[in-house]
Amino acid sequence: MAFDIRKIRDDFPILHQDVNGKPLVYLDNAATTQKPLQVIDAEAAVYKTINSNIHRGVHHLSNVCTEAFEEVRKKTADYINAESSDEVIFTRGTTESVNLLSSSFGETFLKEGDEIILTEMEHHSNIVPWQLLAQRRGVTVKVVPVTDAGELDMQGFSELLNEKTSLVAVTHISNVLGTINPVEEIIALSHTAGVPVMIDGAQAIHHVLVDVQKLDCDFYAFSGHKMYAPTGVGVLYGKRKWLQQMNPYQGGGEMIDKVSFSGTTFNDLPYKFEAGTPNYAGVIGLGAAIDYLRNIGLEDVWAYEHELFEYALKQMSAVPGIRFVGQARHHTSVISFLLGDAHPFDVGTLLDKLGFALRTGHHCAQPLMDRFRISGTVRASFAFYNTREEVDNLVEALKRVAMMLG
Amino acid sequence: MTIKEKQQEVIEEFSAFDDWMDKYSLLIELGNELDSFDEANRQQQNLIEGCQSKVWLHAEMNDGKIEIQGDSDAIIVKGIVALLLRVLSGHTPDEILDSDLFFIDEIGLKEHLSPTRSNGLVAMVRQIKAYALAFKARQNK
Repeated sequence: MAFDIRKIRDDFPILHQDVNGKPLVYLDNAATTQKPLQVIDAEAAVYKTINSNIHRGVHHLSNVCTEAFEEVRKKTADYINAESSDEVIFTRGTTESVNLLSSSFGETFLKEGDEIILTEMEHHSNIVPWQLLAQRRGVTVKVVPVTDAGELDMQGFSELLNEKTSLVAVTHISNVLGTINPVEEIIALSHTAGVPVMIDGAQAIHHVLVDVQKLDCDFYAFSGHKMYAPTGVGVLYGKRKWLQQMNPYQGGGEMIDKVSFSGTTFNDLPYKFEAGTPNYAGVIGLGAAIDYLRNIGLEDVWAYEHELFEYALKQMSAVPGIRFVGQARHHTSVISFLLGDAHPFDVGTLLDKLGFALRTGHHCAQPLMDRFRISGTVRASFAFYNTREEVDNLVEALKRVAMMLG
Repeated sequence: MTIKEKQQEVIEEFSAFDDWMDKYSLLIELGNELDSFDEANRQQQNLIEGCQSKVWLHAEMNDGKIEIQGDSDAIIVKGIVALLLRVLSGHTPDEILDSDLFFIDEIGLKEHLSPTRSNGLVAMVRQIKAYALAFKARQNK
């Protein structure tokens, strides 16, 4: 073990509590991750010591707070290896990042008859904004099929790519199946056809090292709350050449250069896309989360989570009637499953009574559920603070639940 | 028995258990024992679609009393449906409209009452009251 699990768990106060009279086992990490004290303290410290509206004030607190905020922009740029921190736009989360892109990129570049390629395994957040755009602009959404194993049909992708394609928007990692998509290949193929690519990195940013320059993606979206940072903060990375040309998303303070009723000019990047007072306390918390992840090391996190996943998959296979959904070759620590004919809601409700927090339902990916002809799954998603002991307890609980519902 | 008395009976049955799993075992048992749903009534207008589970409720008026049939694709939800029907089915529209459903809270299933909860117990109660209102309006015509 590359790191001390006990010490790590001590960093997460929320894990140490009973739920329904049983010790909490939190396995809903793909929905949101818990926050270490380092992050909680960093955000609280903003309000205790430096809270002040940023970018505007001439006074001390405003300067310090602005500096702390902008420091995180640099840190984030460095974390994903963006060429410049101007390419990091702070948003409320992945959903807002995608909405920003669909709105600004869509209004600037797309015209009637254009096509956008998505995949069958997208989260609703990377479907609905594009459907709204499609309605507004008369563009068409094309969908890459998913195979029985839960992987993208790359042949199908190549066939969809044509001269009408204006953008490819694809998830890095499936939130339901944990499948890691071949985004490098998708980006290379798209670029050969002259098509820009947005990667939805919500499920990837805390599992794999993301290097946007190496990937060569045009846009990369992610949320803070899934990477141990506070909720309400997210990022849209975009290549400067696109961001510079794109129309603003929302109007308001900060994003302007000069406002007059005869015409308003806009601020430079990245502020052009950050109307209104940002969630600077959350952003500073995001900085603490990046420090935390760097400190443990994402490679070690990956190794630990993978070992735990392999162990869980093996142990869970012993549960009578269990059926795994998706068997991708490359995957993160997410296990989607069904217990015999039991409804996922029933499984999740009983597990809750035994202290386990798992997610049930369609996971905001109804097209993928339709693809597998199921109404939902039960999903266990592991983080580096989960343990083998928790897996063992989960397996025992699942056996009990299977018996009750059998 | 009045709706209130029926609720007290349910509360008494559940009070025998203090372990969650025993309470849910009973719910599952009640769900399994629920009278089978008439397939002819499995129609869109009888469907309450929650985020996760589906519930069908069908109501008919017999001799001034509302008879309700119900079903769900999730067994725990079906158990809750069974309890609701036991308490409310066979009563007049006025009795149903005036009823105060306190048993859900009392037996510890309050969490299923939250409006965002995926099984839509609130929607079920609302639907049954809507049926009662519709039948009452028809009676008064």
